[in-house]
Amino acid sequence: MNFYLLSLIKTAIVVGIFMHVLAYLQWIERKVIAHVQLRVGPRRVGPHGLLQPLADVIKLITKEDILPSHVNKVFYFLAPFIAVTFALIAISVIPFGPIITVGGVRTAMQLTDLNIGVLFIFGISGLGVYGVALAGWASNNKYALMGGLRSSAQMISYELPMALALAAPLLILNTLSLREIANGQAGYYLGFIPRWSIFQMPFPQIFSFILFLIAGFAETNRVPFDLPEAENELVAGFHVEYASMKFASFFMAEYANMVTVSCIATLLFLGGWHPIFPEKYGSGLVPVAIFAATAVLCFFHAVNPARPFDRITLPVFGVLFLGLAGIFLVPPVQFILLPLFWFSAKVLIILFVFIWVRATLPRFRYDQLMRFAWTFMFPVALVNLFITALLVALFP
Amino acid sequence: MDALLFVIFAAIAVICGISLVVQTHPISSALSLVGVMGALAALYLLLGGEFIAAAQLVVYAGAIMVLFVFVIMLLNAGTEKKMTVRPLGKYLGAPFLLLFFGIIAYMIQKILPASSPVVFGAFQGGTPLEIGRSLFTVYLLPFEVTSVLILIAILGAIVLARKEVD
Amino acid sequence: MPLGPLPAAVPPSWYLTLSAILFALGVLGFLLRRNIITVFMSIELMLNAVNLSFITFSYVLKRNDGHIFSFFVMVVAAAEAAVGLAIILTVFKNRQTLEIDEVSSLKN
Repeated sequence: MNFYLLSLIKTAIVVGIFMHVLAYLQWIERKVIAHVQLRVGPRRVGPHGLLQPLADVIKLITKEDILPSHVNKVFYFLAPFIAVTFALIAISVIPFGPIITVGGVRTAMQLTDLNIGVLFIFGISGLGVYGVALAGWASNNKYALMGGLRSSAQMISYELPMALALAAPLLILNTLSLREIANGQAGYYLGFIPRWSIFQMPFPQIFSFILFLIAGFAETNRVPFDLPEAENELVAGFHVEYASMKFASFFMAEYANMVTVSCIATLLFLGGWHPIFPEKYGSGLVPVAIFAATAVLCFFHAVNPARPFDRITLPVFGVLFLGLAGIFLVPPVQFILLPLFWFSAKVLIILFVFIWVRATLPRFRYDQLMRFAWTFMFPVALVNLFITALLVALFP
Repeated sequence: MDALLFVIFAAIAVICGISLVVQTHPISSALSLVGVMGALAALYLLLGGEFIAAAQLVVYAGAIMVLFVFVIMLLNAGTEKKMTVRPLGKYLGAPFLLLFFGIIAYMIQKILPASSPVVFGAFQGGTPLEIGRSLFTVYLLPFEVTSVLILIAILGAIVLARKEVD
Repeated sequence: MPLGPLPAAVPPSWYLTLSAILFALGVLGFLLRRNIITVFMSIELMLNAVNLSFITFSYVLKRNDGHIFSFFVMVVAAAEAAVGLAIILTVFKNRQTLEIDEVSSLKN
């Protein structure tokens, strides 16, 4: 097939799925935080609040888009545009699965495989700082400027431990291309331990993983590092002067950054799309088992439901989950769906950790945050890199 | 296709460069410089320098220019006062500049030995592997000295910019 | 430059001409602007033009030494930007101005 047509089709699929994931990530976050706090979360718009993201999008689009008179108009319009553009560009180098052949067309489950993929992601996240800094400055507002400067200083400070934490598994994997990084973690030790970076000899990269996740929390301005943009600090920080769609752009950029960080963590530390135990022990049946168990749970709760409308919605969900379990048993689509399932499962687990931490931890003060980066994270990342390099040189 | 990409990114670089010199507010100049660096990163990719292109985005556009933008925001540098340009400069300046560029372009064409056009992918020595190999074998001493240089720069910046302890 | 349809690929001398144009723009900014930060940014533009020159010649000569030089130029520019901006901050603290014409107490 023509290269450009194929790229266009793949881009359309990836962008469509990504936008839906961003919208429903907000639903997942609200539901999870609600259940952690012993309440229910959105439940009115659609069954279990599933149409809430649609309602939010409609609300944000139809809200009045205020342009305050005292802002610097060019940069006020440019800042959310920059933030969203760079946050969404990073998805173009992330591989979701192996090279597949669909209907005679051989293509990779990735938009483009750069052989400097990891450096590209760094460059894009470095450029994303401009969106935040310009937003704070263009708003012509003391609080927004302070929030914007603090937020961008935080993002830059944590880029350093993040890069050092990423350099350690790269020493073992010896490549910067994201597809080859994921492929370098195929295979199993002793027949059943997966060869992921966090288990990899000579030095299991667990510390790098934890450092990368902490730096990822700080890079995306999530709790506990979200002082520059929390609603009750600094009057919401750098996006205080922004109204409907531009405000939505900043939040879309934040969730897109979160998804990007989770995807990079999955690819570099958790083995990408490779299953946790080999195919011959039946890892192809894990998604079937999970979805079938969910369906059984739905049917079980549908018998005596907590709320009257659940008598109708829960069996419907049960049937849907059974259908999903059935699709994973069909051989012609298994080779596409199974890697996608493992990749998505790992990314969703990391996103759940993001949301779980938000519901649990209080936030750091700004000087505690910066001190943590420079006096703790940076030396620990250096020592980790040093030990990894030593062990890789001694036991090649 | 390579020619089209070159013309597009060269045009972006020149327009952003002119904007850097012409704009009155420093922050517009700073963002124009970021535009120049982005266009140059794309041109480095065309010339086969993929590591340098990534380093340009990460180091130059992503760190150095952010530092510039921070300082401009902190100092709250306002718009510059209009500079007085003598009429001789205003009316003869641009044509002379174009003539100068034309002469330079002609001389460059004459001096450079005949070489093949720049095709994306013709030069494979710019990968991180090759650069790393050179950097750690042939250019090891400059590499280590650069780390000392950066340490000196960090110390200097901290000493110069700290608050006076009364 | 040909005015007709473009060739399939451009010769390296076009890259060098672009480098010369950017360098000249940097010199113009350095000489004509009065805000000290803009002068500094023109210096960075000159350094970038030189980087482009290095990479072009590295392509012509088929060696990657130009890339290494360019990398060191970037590192030196980073160090210079850090110290230079610290100096600018100190000058601003003492003189409350960013115009280079007004920081002239050593003159005459």
